[in-house]
Amino acid sequence: MDDLRELYQQLILDHNQNPRNFREIKDADRAAHGHNPLCGDDIDLYLTLEDDVIRDIGFLGSGCAISKASASIMTTVLKGKTRTEAQELLEQFHRMATTGEGDPKKLGKLTALADVYKFPIRVKCAMLAWRTMEAGLEEQPETITTE
Amino acid sequence: MEPEHDVGSGATQAGYVIARRRCLIVSESNSARSTTALPSEEGAPYAVETGPPVPPWDLEQVRRDFPALSQRMHGKPLVYLDNAATSQKPRQVIAAVTRYYEESNANVHRAIYELGERATNAYESARRKVAEFINAEDWRSIIFTRGTTEAINLVAYAWGRHNLGPGDEILITKMEHHSNIIPWQLLARDTGAALRYLPLTDDYTLDLKDMSKYITGSTRIVALVHQSNVFGTVNPVRDIVQQARAVGALILVDGAQSVPHFPVDVMQLGCDFLAFSGHKMLGPTGVGVLYARTDLLESMEPFHGGGEMISTVDLQRATWNQIPWKFEAGTPNIAQAVGLGAAIDYLNQLGMDRIADYSKQLTQYSREVLSQIPHITIYGHAPTSSSSLPFNVEGIHPHDMAQLLDQEGIAVRAGHHCAQPLMRCLGVAATTRASFYFYNTSEEIDRLAEGINQAVAFMGG
Repeated sequence: MDDLRELYQQLILDHNQNPRNFREIKDADRAAHGHNPLCGDDIDLYLTLEDDVIRDIGFLGSGCAISKASASIMTTVLKGKTRTEAQELLEQFHRMATTGEGDPKKLGKLTALADVYKFPIRVKCAMLAWRTMEAGLEEQPETITTE
Repeated sequence: MEPEHDVGSGATQAGYVIARRRCLIVSESNSARSTTALPSEEGAPYAVETGPPVPPWDLEQVRRDFPALSQRMHGKPLVYLDNAATSQKPRQVIAAVTRYYEESNANVHRAIYELGERATNAYESARRKVAEFINAEDWRSIIFTRGTTEAINLVAYAWGRHNLGPGDEILITKMEHHSNIIPWQLLARDTGAALRYLPLTDDYTLDLKDMSKYITGSTRIVALVHQSNVFGTVNPVRDIVQQARAVGALILVDGAQSVPHFPVDVMQLGCDFLAFSGHKMLGPTGVGVLYARTDLLESMEPFHGGGEMISTVDLQRATWNQIPWKFEAGTPNIAQAVGLGAAIDYLNQLGMDRIADYSKQLTQYSREVLSQIPHITIYGHAPTSSSSLPFNVEGIHPHDMAQLLDQEGIAVRAGHHCAQPLMRCLGVAATTRASFYFYNTSEEIDRLAEGINQAVAFMGG
């Protein structure tokens, strides 16, 4: 059960049950859609930008605990970040999710997902929200998938 | 290839002894049960309080034939409940493949030496076993393929592309596996024929009340699944065959789930084509079967071109070998076919009737035990369902469920089960599916139920 306790940390279970920023932003500057058709995870992401800073971020969607918690935690860490900072965090998060490596100081509570790398088939779940956020920042109209 | 010992010897022939009362799962909120109540017409062979079924053979001895089943996963005894994906292999099958490579390996059909004769005999005797197993009149009706998927593609290419055009219709159902959808989509695209779907009723059985609207003078082929890989529902193929016959349409039956689980008789079904896989019925991967009426095979164009399928070859043209070899280009999967023959021997020793009976009772028992779990939805409850149980527990995604069950050594499938149109009918992206075979025990189903309850507790349900 140990590996599994690490994969499904209390913070993840909490964010899965009570996702933060789980709402549509009606007057969002950017919206993006992420969908993994093979497993069914689906996310609509909304961003409000002020200059280069993410002022508000919300999401709606359905999926497994990993994808939902990842999206929820992501929204809590990105508010107030610049586009460049968000992109940097994405890269650090991706490295952690695929190798287990990274700087805990920079990653903060994102480290709750540090053990995803031990379950390669679940990496796509953790990455979906982040890639969708990236698509929103880059104004990509196409649906994003991480499968 | 004789098995090394009689399988399940010492088994009781007396049928099912219903003795133990066992009910591990106590629901605290039965009112929370969703659509899991059994329809009264289901005619359950026993009530839940009478306890689990007892197999009509020595289950421990049968399980000893399957080396993979005695392993531990994450420190727990493996509970293998993904049999609709693939079955485990008895050592009689593994030994037959090994023995073939050690004693008979050569290329088939043209070798003028003793070893080649042995290989050819082993391969062709497997073909005859298959013919007998599904009661085909003629062994030349049996074509070895890589599996069900290739068998269906063979028909879509070798028959479909030379016989269909605009105005023609292909009829399939909303219950199909992708392997019985995509070959027909491609065929429709390439020939201009229309692809139509027979709908489902609210309880996820085929809706046959307007069958004459779907099977019309334009219908050229009806392709349908015999037993659903999601629900386990067994479709009334004979009724549909009659309707198809009346309009002159051909009928292909996807037997990937039915042939492993109950006796399938092509003469009785009256189908033109039957496709199934070896690996879901104890055989090796890489071998499957297309049964087809010999007159159709004679008139059909080849599928793949190459060695073995030809008779004479000139620079610009060739003539074809006799059936069935006309459809078996290249060196076939000889050892795998031999393994399938050994699998059929094993199944015959247990008896397909008894396998069907036990499988059904096991599924019934699992339905009863699982339906007591709060907030569970079990999909489909057709009276004819067997060997497969798709479910979801409210608030837990199937992938999380499967991951948590795996930690308990329980192997189930989570996802769309290669049936996305069907999942859309259910209104869900995915389900968790437990699927059974004759070597599963009622204790394993109890462990599944315990595992689900633990998963619910873990996820904070």
